[in-house]
Amino acid sequence: MNQDHIKEKLSEKFGDALQFETCPGEMSILVPSEKILDVCRYLRDDPELKFDFLTFVGGVDYYPAKPRFELVYQIYSVSNTQRLRLKSRVDETDAGPACIESVSKVWMTADWHERETAEMFGVVFKGHPDPRKLLLPDEWRVHPLRKDFPLLGTEEDTPDLPS
Amino acid sequence: MARELSQRADIRSEIMEINLGPHHPSTHGVFRAIVELDGEIVLSCTPYLGYLHRGFEKTCENKKYHQVIPLTERCDYMGASSNSLAYCLTVEKMLEVEIPERAQVIRVIMAELSRIFSHLFWLGTHGHDIGAMTPLFYMLREREEIMNLFELTAGGRLMPNYIRIGGVAKDLEEGFIERLRAFTNHFDTRVDEYETLLTKNIIYMDRTKGIGLLPLEKAISLGVSGPMIRASGKAWDIRKSEPYCGYERYDFDVPVEYGCDVYSRYLVRVEEMRQSNRILKQAIQQLPEGPFIAMAPGKIFPPQQDIYTKMEALIHHFMLVVEGVRLPVGDCYQSIESPRGELGCYIVSDGGTNPYRLKWRAPAFVNLQALPEMSRGCFFADLIAILSSIDIVLAEVDR
Repeated sequence: MNQDHIKEKLSEKFGDALQFETCPGEMSILVPSEKILDVCRYLRDDPELKFDFLTFVGGVDYYPAKPRFELVYQIYSVSNTQRLRLKSRVDETDAGPACIESVSKVWMTADWHERETAEMFGVVFKGHPDPRKLLLPDEWRVHPLRKDFPLLGTEEDTPDLPS
Repeated sequence: MARELSQRADIRSEIMEINLGPHHPSTHGVFRAIVELDGEIVLSCTPYLGYLHRGFEKTCENKKYHQVIPLTERCDYMGASSNSLAYCLTVEKMLEVEIPERAQVIRVIMAELSRIFSHLFWLGTHGHDIGAMTPLFYMLREREEIMNLFELTAGGRLMPNYIRIGGVAKDLEEGFIERLRAFTNHFDTRVDEYETLLTKNIIYMDRTKGIGLLPLEKAISLGVSGPMIRASGKAWDIRKSEPYCGYERYDFDVPVEYGCDVYSRYLVRVEEMRQSNRILKQAIQQLPEGPFIAMAPGKIFPPQQDIYTKMEALIHHFMLVVEGVRLPVGDCYQSIESPRGELGCYIVSDGGTNPYRLKWRAPAFVNLQALPEMSRGCFFADLIAILSSIDIVLAEVDR
């Protein structure tokens, strides 16, 4: 199971929707945000690929670029010892916050990772089974890992932090 | 049987919700869980985290690359060297620098010592949680020896802060190898001694066998790694599957147990200590002469001795301190086998001197997520045993 083979299989299944970036030893794929659940499910369920392990879900804020957020899914196949990174870009709209389908139906471990990413970046994971905050106080309305959030916080938004 | 009892019509029973923590001795930190109990049976357990959240990732984004190293060690303070190793390996992967042989072996020594260090303390406190007070005192004795070794060569006892981008901070102190050899020579018999306390202890076995079941399929879906997945029957160890620091040159076994329970996790960790000791013995044999840090001017700090004696080294050092090292634009993920499982670091670089984004894949955070799954339907007292078998470090969970 090498990178070319994964690429071949994914192109066959999803056509031109995916963009491949290859760096030495690692491979990442840019997935359109509306396709993320399908791609994840395919990667896990395909008997040859078997990406059964989600290492983490994280976010990157590219403020002020557009689209603003990039979600990173680092996945692993325990039986093939193969790693793969999926990236998906989302942005806030006038209609509401940036949102993407939750993958916790595919890998249970995505639950906490997505809760953390959601509160840190203000991205909404649609269909998440338990969309509460995880690490931050419930009353906070700010998203600290966004690039426009000041390092020390602000007195109004984060009253319990020493400023 | 207990469940049937509580559901009999003539016994009045109602669901009780109790609050465990945040300050509970069994949580080894500040961790809170709301537990729903039917009599003594746990119906559900909902963890509440964040009491130790200090914005580690945000802080890293505002530090230069070499300033991040001590911060990482404060995540998992029980296996401190593993953290800085994971971070430095990620940065080195992006910088594409070759690490000298001697530095690699020293790193293996530090990583394995911290694994033994972490497992020792786990074993002591795990016994303590279950009611076996004795082991802790023995564990602290050996742990002290390891802390003395850390102190001898790095200065710090708990958090050595010894690994640097490109190698290690300085060469091993004189006499370190002799003392390490003495430690490795008697450590195996010490592990046998610990086993006499718990392995065949009928009370311990009764408390841990068949408790906290986590079948392999669930474990994989929950992202569980390290000793916990090995106790669920999967011989997955990153040191074997994706070797780093030259682990492929060492001869060691990956212990596997198939019980999926607390007892299996105990057996795996005890055996891991033996295997780590085996690696340490080989590392002493393999330790070559040579530089302890890579020579890459403009990327890696020159050795301290050179700064005092060579003009160029002083200039490079000055520039690195003032400006910092610039990583090429891109992103990179690197993981290692920490005492708790897959410890990974994901760095996004925009070409600047600070990480644009640093994501810490903390094994304890992920493993803790399996707690509700494992504790459902067990006794409340078993919940404590299960929580302790995960081996959480709350500083790492909350980051």
